[in-house]
Amino acid sequence: MHQLTEPAVDVAPSPDVMLPHRFRIDKYRKDTADTFTVDLVPVNPDQPFMYQPGQFNMIYIFGVGEAPISISGDPATAPKLVHTTRVVGTVTTAMRGLGVGHELGIRGPFGRPWPTDHARGHDVVLVAGGIGLAPLRPVLYHVLANRSDYGKLVLLYGTRTPADILYQRELQQWRSRLDMEVFVTVDRATPGWRGNVDVVTTLIPKAPFDPLNTVAMICGPEIMMRFAAIGLLKRGVPANHLYVSLERNMKCAVGFCGHCQLSREFVCRDGPVFPYDRVRDLMMTREL
Amino acid sequence: MVSDLGPYLAEHPILEGMRPEHIQLMVGCAENVRFHPEEYLFREGEKSDRFYFLRHGKVSLELYHPKGGGAMVVQTLGEGDVIGWSWLFPPHYRNLDGRATELVRAIALDGACLRGKCEADHELGYEIMKRFAHLMEKELQAMQLRLLDMYAPTH
Repeated sequence: MHQLTEPAVDVAPSPDVMLPHRFRIDKYRKDTADTFTVDLVPVNPDQPFMYQPGQFNMIYIFGVGEAPISISGDPATAPKLVHTTRVVGTVTTAMRGLGVGHELGIRGPFGRPWPTDHARGHDVVLVAGGIGLAPLRPVLYHVLANRSDYGKLVLLYGTRTPADILYQRELQQWRSRLDMEVFVTVDRATPGWRGNVDVVTTLIPKAPFDPLNTVAMICGPEIMMRFAAIGLLKRGVPANHLYVSLERNMKCAVGFCGHCQLSREFVCRDGPVFPYDRVRDLMMTREL
Repeated sequence: MVSDLGPYLAEHPILEGMRPEHIQLMVGCAENVRFHPEEYLFREGEKSDRFYFLRHGKVSLELYHPKGGGAMVVQTLGEGDVIGWSWLFPPHYRNLDGRATELVRAIALDGACLRGKCEADHELGYEIMKRFAHLMEKELQAMQLRLLDMYAPTH
């Protein structure tokens, strides 16, 4: 029988889940050629907005449409929101065209978060691929803010090229800390790159953590997550200590519309973070 | 001393579970080596007479590309990795450059010496082949993942 390991969610979406709240762009940063980050503040300063690492918001660009985007900021600074996104469709293209002071709508937060409670007392291994670092960054903030509650903290991060590395300044800061380990690798080096060149899964065998006492959180392209999970299992991390964040075509964000249905799961409501042993078979099922 | 290398080889993940007498046969072909940063372990096109068990440091495997600004890094390897397969396959020439990007300490094995021992002792040869085949399978899988260009935008 499946062992339920998913964390309890005590952050419920606002009572009227279909009603967007107005937020204003406070900062805009271009991270890479095709990704950018916005800091958002509520137009109504009394607007309560709490979230947990791994949750996402539906971002509404007025007159264009909505898109689900993970929250990538520090939960402790809510109601300020930070979203990093890649330009992939009409909404994110329109969003890139906005500037500081522009308003947009936010519905959320939605979804099950990363298992920061389950991870307490364990080593925490974060495996991120590409833009998958963005949804994992709130976990880093949380663990670093509650450092004594956790064992070792290890970030394994892989990208396509050095130019695609997100949050470069922060990565340098994390790397210089004595209480966490950061390993970055790229698939393709460019001149001047002096770091690792290989796929992110090759970092797993050598990373310094105790497999039996580790909770691992994996976020990135689904193929990468599958192979990262296999690598972690080979290393000895128990299957029920692995978590993945799935990405599907989320529309309503509350399990009404069925767009993101994955067999028995609604990714927007039951995920996006899932215990790996609960979705392992679904990830391998074709046509889903 | 050569005899000191046995324990390190025996502890190396790729040689885990290898019989002590086989380790001792390998030690007979082994040498402790070091390379300074920017020093080449080997160059593309050279005769491949050695392979390496990295003990410390990082090595960059590179291909020369006249239009790519010089050397293009194909892969980096570090402590615990094994560098070099071409000693196994005729005509035993290097396909890549291997450059130390920091101080490297390694155990070098003489490929011709070990091939001779594998020919004389097929059990040793089978053990070595199994382990290198596993290594190649892992490398191939990593290369396949990289070829997928997983992080590319999906429009």
